[in-house]
Amino acid sequence: MMRGRRFAAMLMKEARQILRDPSTFIIAFLLPVMLLFLMGFGVNLDASRTHIGLSIQDDGAAARSLATSFQNSRYFDVRMVGTASRMTDALIAGHIRAIIVIPQDFGRQVAKGGGDIQIITDGSLPNTASFIAAYAEGVRAHWAAARAADGGAAMTPPIAVSSRFWFNPELASRNFLVPGSIAVVMTMIGCLLTALVIAREWERGTLEALMATPIGMGEFLLTKVIPYFALGLMSMALCTILAVTLFHVPFRGSIFGLVAISSVYLIPALGQGLLISAVFKNQFVASQVALLTSFMPTMLLSGFVFEISSMPRIIQGLTYIVPARYLIPQLQTVFIAGDDWRLFLPNMAVLLGFGLLFFLLCVRATRRRIA
Amino acid sequence: MDDDRTAAVAIGRGVSKRFAPDAPMALDAVDIAILPGRMTGLVGPDGAGKTTLIRMLAGLIAPDSGDVTVTGVPVDRVDRSLIGYMPQRFGLYEDLTVIENLRLYADLRALPLEERADRFARLLEFTDLARFRNRLAGKLSGGMKQKLGLACALVRDPALLLLDEPGVGVDPVSRRELWALVRGLVGDGIGVLWSTAYLDEAEQCDTVFLLSEGRVLHSGLPEDLTGRAAGRIWQAPVEQARRRAMLREALDLASVIDGAVKGDAIRLMLADGAGRDDVAMLEQVAGGPLTPATPRFEDAFIDLLGGGPGGTSALARDYRTIADDGGAAIEAVGLTKRFGDFTAASDICFSVPRGQVFGLLGPNGAGKSTTFKMLCGLLTPTEGTGSVAGKDLRHARADARQSLGYMAQKFSLYGDLSVRQNLRFFAGAYGLSGRAAADAIDRMIAIFHLEGQVDVNSGGLPLGFRQRLALACAVMHQPPVLFLDEPTSGVDPIVRREFWSHINGLVERGVSVLVTTHFMEEAEYCDRIALIYRAEQIATGTPDELKAQVGRPDATMEDAFIALIEASDARRQAA
Repeated sequence: MMRGRRFAAMLMKEARQILRDPSTFIIAFLLPVMLLFLMGFGVNLDASRTHIGLSIQDDGAAARSLATSFQNSRYFDVRMVGTASRMTDALIAGHIRAIIVIPQDFGRQVAKGGGDIQIITDGSLPNTASFIAAYAEGVRAHWAAARAADGGAAMTPPIAVSSRFWFNPELASRNFLVPGSIAVVMTMIGCLLTALVIAREWERGTLEALMATPIGMGEFLLTKVIPYFALGLMSMALCTILAVTLFHVPFRGSIFGLVAISSVYLIPALGQGLLISAVFKNQFVASQVALLTSFMPTMLLSGFVFEISSMPRIIQGLTYIVPARYLIPQLQTVFIAGDDWRLFLPNMAVLLGFGLLFFLLCVRATRRRIA
Repeated sequence: MDDDRTAAVAIGRGVSKRFAPDAPMALDAVDIAILPGRMTGLVGPDGAGKTTLIRMLAGLIAPDSGDVTVTGVPVDRVDRSLIGYMPQRFGLYEDLTVIENLRLYADLRALPLEERADRFARLLEFTDLARFRNRLAGKLSGGMKQKLGLACALVRDPALLLLDEPGVGVDPVSRRELWALVRGLVGDGIGVLWSTAYLDEAEQCDTVFLLSEGRVLHSGLPEDLTGRAAGRIWQAPVEQARRRAMLREALDLASVIDGAVKGDAIRLMLADGAGRDDVAMLEQVAGGPLTPATPRFEDAFIDLLGGGPGGTSALARDYRTIADDGGAAIEAVGLTKRFGDFTAASDICFSVPRGQVFGLLGPNGAGKSTTFKMLCGLLTPTEGTGSVAGKDLRHARADARQSLGYMAQKFSLYGDLSVRQNLRFFAGAYGLSGRAAADAIDRMIAIFHLEGQVDVNSGGLPLGFRQRLALACAVMHQPPVLFLDEPTSGVDPIVRREFWSHINGLVERGVSVLVTTHFMEEAEYCDRIALIYRAEQIATGTPDELKAQVGRPDATMEDAFIALIEASDARRQAA
């Protein structure tokens, strides 16, 4: 009874502070929206209208037809030249990002059922380079397929080639960036914001006054965890609604699945925030540590923006201690593919393990401090 | 004493604490008992262990050895709603309103719901905060925050009330009100522990514990301690112009262990065992008869800690003599500063001749610091002009600044630099270089006894040493004008005496000083004082002239301060 009132009073206090503190509001609601806009509109990993050079060394009908396909592609802005060597300077200067060479005997190769082209990309921009290579290859494959179909109109083709990308047929990068940014947002609220608000209580001396009242340290920590847990979920819901309505990201999973994986992720995030504030007790240091140990790894090492499988071995090993690494695939799956509990459950188990570790460390740290 | 123990609401027996294995003892076998219905004072210099002891009594720090009981129960198991605790920074939530803070603490301390309305109404009335019940705590003035902090600690009748330096940085009016509030509670049978650096407060306690370096040097009635100075306190009237020189000469005598300026007189404490001959010698120095004066608690405190510093300031001995150019050293003519529609300072006028101390007094937020900053050239006045050492602030700011030494209210040195590095930086900033800089640095280290600390980061120094270093940095380039914004805030009486011996010495060399302070006995050192209240300069004069306005012969500087402010409030209400 007494404990209940104490608890309710502390939760009420926390809620009031959240509502009155513009910085909390900014971190919990404005920042997610900004991040979502940035990821949805600003960052685009798709290659579109990239300048390339096209060198046609064969003047047969097949080569001209492929060149037209490149010119008609909505991904490329094509410049025609005679020889590849004349394009090298433009490539080095960055005026074009790749050179496509249709070789001399292209027509003959095609007639024999082959037809390779040369794709020279700018390796100093590896992401762009690999996208261009893939898209150029796509244009060629599409052209070959169409050509086969045309020919087949007369002689009924034995097979029709049609390429399909499962789950993300438009290959729009925003479809996996936007769900991924929900992980970043929950990290900010769970870890950064929680670390800040507890460090603030130390700094302003309010925690000292609280500790002299009947409230226990465990109770106090719980009254911090609950509101920020709720705030994290609210922010997640806001992001989801924006993702689906504004960015037309498909949502194929269930709401239950989304809430379940988000809730489980918030446990290690909050635990880490509590641990940071318990150790540093200073808002400035706590924010720096939280940014370095949670926000940055979530951005860089979770597979959110950069593919983990293309990282160096050592860095790949490092990603295993980043909790967000276990959330990103779940989030992308729940949005783009649907609920897949065989993927969710092991990841959730790992996240719970992280949570347990952080909370145990936290209990140790606070006990020693109050001594 | 045994009877006291059984009746005591809180007892600490032989408590000791050391925070790190190689650190000195924070508390060393301290015995303390707090009786119900009594005001117990806890006094001592900075770093004596006062806060550690209070936190221990509140159950926030466990002692390494010894034990603490509250209402007879070990403190780690006691019902915490029996303890009211107000930490140094009040523990208020600044983004909650007055009433929300009260409600929060009421729920935390499990005040029964049916008692709430009644209790809140009483607390709000008693702290005079009823008008502000819906104001955010962060928007309250320092004195109001302090009262709200007290109300939160009292939300459910505690058996034990612990107040950690409730008077620091608060003006005399608020301090006096708070004291009266707490006095009333003692009558209800609460045991109060009041820790303070203001010895006039300690004097009024029923029992005092004097702590120094973690040990109890004295416990008992304040009168018992004051008694040790009985018969050794003398006062001599002196002419205004001679009082500083006289104090210096008197303090240089081996028989005089402490002394201070009191308006148009000097007040001296003789060493234990000093006789008639010594008094006769002093009369010679003073050029007139000495009259015995009532000893104060502070006299006994200083005596117990080994006496104050000598009279001759090593700083002044090596200082250049500032030539008299006939003009005013510091001048403010109608200085006004407005921020939007808020007036922070209005029509401030005064003039300080060469070789005088001018004091700015006033409650927190009255406009003292604004005036200060305008004269330093840190704020541009909305109206009016000012000059420092004959240089106009509007046109020759950089010049004016080069001729003044400024010691800011908050510690404004580089905490991550060592003492020597700070000195070197400020030497450079004021244009000293090579031999001159090296000499000045060595001199400052010797004068301010910083030898043992030269390589310590200044952020980690004890408060007294930090203030010494700040003063050293301000006077290194031997400026003709010195601005000191609460230079002695929070430091113990002995360091305060040391500061004033330097200031007095510099003034004798022709330096002009502008100073703000909350310590009324420091105001007595000033040649003239301006009292600033609600942005207005409500009174100006010598300390004795201001005291005379109270209309009582024995009025203190604090009485004058309070009377003048009340008179101003009355005028404001009438208008």
